[in-house]
This record gives sequence, C-alpha cells and structure tokens, in this order.
Amino acid sequence: MGLISFLKEKFSKKDNGKYNNGLEKSRSAFSKKLNDLGKKYKKVNEDYFSELEEILIEADVGVNLTLQTIDELLTKAKKEKINDYEELNSALIDILFSNYTNDTDLPTEINFDGDLPTVALIVGVNGVGKTTSIAKLANRYKNAGKKVLLVAGDTFRAGATEQLALWGDRLGLDVIVGKENSDPSSVVYDGVYKAVKENYDLVLVDTAGRLQNKNNLMMELEKIKRVIGKLVPNGPQETFLILDATTGQNGVVQAKAFNEVTKITGVVITKMDGTSKGGIILAIKNELNIPVRFIGLGEKMDDLEIFDLEKYLYGLCIGE
Amino acid sequence: MAFDSLTDKLSNIFKRLRGQARITESNIDEMLKEIRIALLEADVNFKVVKNFLENVKQKAIGQDVVGKINPSQLIVKIVHDEIVDLLGGTDCELNVKKSPSTIMLVGLQGTGKTTTAAKLANFLKNKQKKKVLLTACDVYRPAAIDQLGQLAKSIGVDMFTMGTSVSPVEISLKAKQKAIDEDYDVVIIDTAGRLSIDEQLMEELTLIKKAVNPEEVFFLVDSASGQDTYNTANIFNEKVGLTGFIMSKFDGDARGGSALSIRYLTHLPIKFIGVGEKVGDLDIFHPDRMADRILGMGDVVTLVEKAQEQFDEKEAKKTVNKMLNGSFNLDDMLAQMKQVNKLGSLGGILKLIPGMPKITPEQQAYAEKEMRTFEIVINSMTKEERQHPEILKFSRKQRICLGSGKTMQDINKVLKKYEQSKQMMEQMAKMRKNGGGGFPGNFPGGGFPGGGFPGNFPGGFGR
Repeated sequence: MGLISFLKEKFSKKDNGKYNNGLEKSRSAFSKKLNDLGKKYKKVNEDYFSELEEILIEADVGVNLTLQTIDELLTKAKKEKINDYEELNSALIDILFSNYTNDTDLPTEINFDGDLPTVALIVGVNGVGKTTSIAKLANRYKNAGKKVLLVAGDTFRAGATEQLALWGDRLGLDVIVGKENSDPSSVVYDGVYKAVKENYDLVLVDTAGRLQNKNNLMMELEKIKRVIGKLVPNGPQETFLILDATTGQNGVVQAKAFNEVTKITGVVITKMDGTSKGGIILAIKNELNIPVRFIGLGEKMDDLEIFDLEKYLYGLCIGE
Repeated sequence: MAFDSLTDKLSNIFKRLRGQARITESNIDEMLKEIRIALLEADVNFKVVKNFLENVKQKAIGQDVVGKINPSQLIVKIVHDEIVDLLGGTDCELNVKKSPSTIMLVGLQGTGKTTTAAKLANFLKNKQKKKVLLTACDVYRPAAIDQLGQLAKSIGVDMFTMGTSVSPVEISLKAKQKAIDEDYDVVIIDTAGRLSIDEQLMEELTLIKKAVNPEEVFFLVDSASGQDTYNTANIFNEKVGLTGFIMSKFDGDARGGSALSIRYLTHLPIKFIGVGEKVGDLDIFHPDRMADRILGMGDVVTLVEKAQEQFDEKEAKKTVNKMLNGSFNLDDMLAQMKQVNKLGSLGGILKLIPGMPKITPEQQAYAEKEMRTFEIVINSMTKEERQHPEILKFSRKQRICLGSGKTMQDINKVLKKYEQSKQMMEQMAKMRKNGGGGFPGNFPGGGFPGGGFPGNFPGGFGR
C-alpha cells in the first residue's frame, strides 16, 4: 500500500474545510471522469489509457507531461500487474506526486531571515489577479505579526494604484504610491527605502501586468529588480509569478520568460475556486522546477492557502 | 501574436511532408499525430482536435491524395479549409444599427472587460462615428470604476456611474434611460468579472440582460486560457445567452487555441481581438485571414488596410516624387521611417507578410532601438545637412556626435544606410521608366535577418 492509503487517512481528519470547498469545483469534474472511466472499463486496456490521456490533457496538464505520465503508468501497470482502476488511480497519484516533489522538500511560506526586510516582487501577465493576491498575502503575514508594506509599482494600468490603495486602507497597511505613469522603479525605490529605514518585515511589490513577449516591459522589470538590489543586496528574496488557474499551456511560456528576467521562486495560483483544474502548475514544475507556494481559493481576504500537493492531487484524482 | 508557435509547428510538419515524393496512408497518420500534438499544445480543446483530425483524414482520403505526385499542397489546403471552418468562415458585423443599441461585456475576472469596453467605445466613436456611453457596472472590484473613468476620459467618451452602492441592474437601467434621453447611439455595459459557478452573480447578469435587452452580449476570452474555456463559455451562454466572443491579449505569445475551439463548440462568432494595451488596439476578427496567418501564409490584406489607415498619402506622394527625381534626402528618409513605424511594431508587420523571416523580440528591440538612433542623429543635424548630406565632413560629424550623444559609428551608419537607400531609389526610378515599380522600403535594418526590409513594401500608395 502506498501513498493512497496515507492520503485517505490524512483526509479522513476533517481539517481542510476551506481548501476542500474551494477546490471542490475544480476537481469534481476531473475525479468524476476518472471514476466513470474506471467503471466503463472494468479491465484496464489500451482504450482506457487513451481516455486517461484525454482527461489529463483536459486538465491542462499539457501534452508532454501527460504522455510522460501515461508512459510511466503503463510501465508500472505492466510491472506490477495492475488491472484494477482504483489501484491504477492510486498509481497515477503516486507518479504525479513523486514527479512533482522529486524527493525534495519544497518551500511554501515566505522565509524571513536577516535584518533587512524580505522583498517579494509580484509579477504576472495582465488580469491574473496580482493586486488581489498581494492583498491576500499582506493579510496573511499581517495576521502572523509581520510589519508589511505595500508598494504600488503598477503605474501603468488605469486604476491599479487606487485598487492597491483601497486594499491598504481596508487592511490598515501602509501603501507607497507614485504618480500615474511615473517610473515604477522610482516608486519601488521609495518603498524599499522606507521599509529598510523603518524596519518592515515584508515588502510586497505590485508590478504592471505585462505580456511576457513585450521586451520593454520585461526590461522595466529587470530595472525594478536592480533597484531593489541596491537597497537589499539579496533582494528581491522572493519573486512570485501569479498564474490564473484557467491558463493553458502558455503558462509554461510565461514562467520561462519571467524566470529569465528575475528568478521566480514560486507560483501563486489564483481563481482555483472555478471549474478549472489548474493542471498547468504540474507542467510548470515539470519543465522549470518552479513550485507552487500559495493557492487562491475565493474572493475573500483570507481565501489564500499554502499549496498542499497532497491535497491538490488527492482532490484532483479521487474527489470526495 | 497568438498562434505563432502553432504556425511554426504546422509549417514544419508540412515542410517535411513536402519532402515526401509520395504520400502513403501511414504518412498521413504520422502527420495527423503530429498535428494533434501541435493543436493540443496550442490549447485547442481536445474534442475539437478529435473532430478536426477526423475531418482532415476523411477529406484527405476522399480527395484521393494517397499516391499522387504532389499531394502536400492539397493537404495544406484541406487543413486550411478546416481551420477556416473552425474559426467561423465569414466575418460578423457588430449589431449596433438600432439607436440606442446596448452591448454587454461579461466574463471571468481578469479577462480584460474594462479595457475592452474602452477599446470598443473608441472603435465605435472613431470608426463608426457613434455617440457612446460607457456604463460602470463593476461595483465589486476595488477601483474598477476609477479604471473605466480614466479610460473614458482618455478617449473622450462619457461614462455613467452611480458609485458602488447601487445594484448593477439599476445602474444599467438608468444608463439606458440616459442614452434614450440624451441621444446616445450605443451603451456599453462593463460588468464585474465572475466565476461561472457563482450562482448569485450569474443571476445578476441575467437580470441586467432582462432589464436592458442588449443587442450584443460578448464573452471575453483570454487568449492564454486553456481547456476549460469552453466549459466556462458554455455555462455563460446557457445562463445569460451570448451573441459572440472577444479574444483578449491576442498580442501575447499565447497559443490561442481557445479561439479555434469556442466558435466551433458554441456556434457563436468571434467578433474582435484585442491586440495591445492601448485603446486603439482592437481589431475586427477575420476568420479567413486568421487561418492564413495560422498556416504561416501571412496576412497582406490586413497589412494593406493598416497602411491605408495610417499612411499619410500626401507625405507618401511627396517622398515618391522626390525619390523619382533623385532629390531624396535625409529628411525624406526619416519621414518614410516614421510612416512605416506608424503601422505598428516591426515584428507585427513582418508577420503579416508571407514568407518573411521571423524575428526574435531581441532582434526586434535592436531594430527599434536602431531606428530611434537614426531619428536622434538626423534630428541633431542642421536643415542644410539634412538636405545635402554630402557636406557632412569630420567636424560637422563631430558636432553631431556631441549634440546627439551618439557615436561617430552611429552617424556613419545612418549615412551609409542613406547612401544605400538612395542607390536603391535610383534603380527604382530607372525601373519605373521601364514600367515596373513599387514602394521601395528602406529601413534601418542592419541588425536583422536577411539584412533589411523587403524592397517591395506593398505598393500603390500615393501614386
């Protein structure tokens, strides 16, 4: 007996209400399909695998990882003479799980060490929910007793600064704001400067949404990164790529492009409370080895959870 | 631009196919397998992929390509036709004949509704001379109304808002009444982003729709979205009733597969694509042209249209005349460069021309930087120098160096390019006397593949 029984035991303790509720929609279709598939093919055969392939692809896992996973699953099924779909499902989780973790401990929480503030740069394409995610992260670490500063580095999108300022108001946090269309790196400099001088623990830097193929905007990001490094030598210690759960295979391209400009230390996946399965996070981990750190599960301030791979995969494949 | 990677993959597949003297059934199967992966990687819905491949296969077999000597063209044509079919075949007009007409924008969070509302308003105002009222019905997202307000101001269109404490249904009703009272032609309603499973908010959309009875209800699709797009669009369509789609963020390098899926699965047309961050960056969606683009066949029609919109015909005529009588100077070169620049980014233009090499973002940035250098250098010259570049000797060049902050090398590069262009012009002039001729495009393109811009930029302007 492998991972699956461990997981079942883990989940019989009802300690993950919000996580489960938020993910419910995402996973129900997926797990239902797996179960239906199992019922349809009492015995595991080639058709079973080709349908399984479709299910994974439909979850945005991507062709590469899907084919790789199916391959491994086939080998395993042959070797261990598995022909029962429940066992096969658990083997599937095993494979996805060990591919993702790769026998390493993956970080989730933001790490605080040293005297200088931890600067977290928040990047992503337009409309993935950067500003909202910042508010949620700020809320999380404020509640953990950290002194948090918000920096409105998106001076480009109309209304972006106001949006962050409103969140700052609601959360009772300081927000550093520049003029509209002013140079974002100067706003960032002001923010980080204040944070260093006034002993903040965490600086969350909002940036303008940018398509990853827009060279100028990517250069601007590089400049922001350099400016941070002047005040906090090892900063930004964290760079989070915010990714919408509905994103398809372009998510990998996005992660790759941003990673070249500033090393991405983690993905925050948003809108996981919809119907999307967010399989793209598996593809990104597989191709770029960037782990998911947080997961946005709703519209409320505290709807942000640490990413828990076990729960995610369990929900994805088994459901309730 | 979306579809680029799909285009690359497909053209590779076809290239290999062309290498085959004869096509066997196993060739076709092999090709279909590769097309399948290319489409799936492009986020085309897997159901669509399945159907697509079946259709292609059937047609390929039906048309008896197997065994023919040069069947690859035929297969490309079959794939092309199928893609056109997926995309919807014909263009769809925007339904705004009635006055006032109402357009409602709906979709998930972050798909670009507010930005698109402004782009649509801009489009209707400038291209169709409509009086537009933007209506802010997103009372949930912080600062959404500010955003719309700023955009409305920048394009010179009125915005209607009642703040965030009034229900969106009431706001939209009042907006429509205002439109009737004050003779607006089109009311555009920007609604809040919502998940398709949020019953309450979906109900709100239904109520708004009932209240204002819109001519168009557009669902915004993010070009980077994946397999779930269809499910979401479907739920919106069932609950609210849509009339079409607008694809946003089409200028990214998203694979754009959702564009290939939703029309086919919902039978609703895609009407616009958002191709940039500025309010003017909204294009009408042309299925056939898009299919050409997907298959790497370029899109000259769009290019010519863009050129016609942007080119200053008088200016072009002046330049052409100057070229033809050999009095082409640095001022003219700069003017010409600026004209080409108006068409959009270099990479964007090249993509529209069939058979042009692809350039990477770095190459593009380099070329654009070089153009900027040209402009700076030329602007640092005196009027006399610009008209008679031959008087530029060392001391003058040195002065330009100091004035422009550029190096001697930069200046020499400009002059060299000028000489080349001038030579080209003279040749053109000769050719023209013999009856040929187009619009010679000279371009500071030292840095990119092929060493410059094609000489015959679509001709016919200003003659």
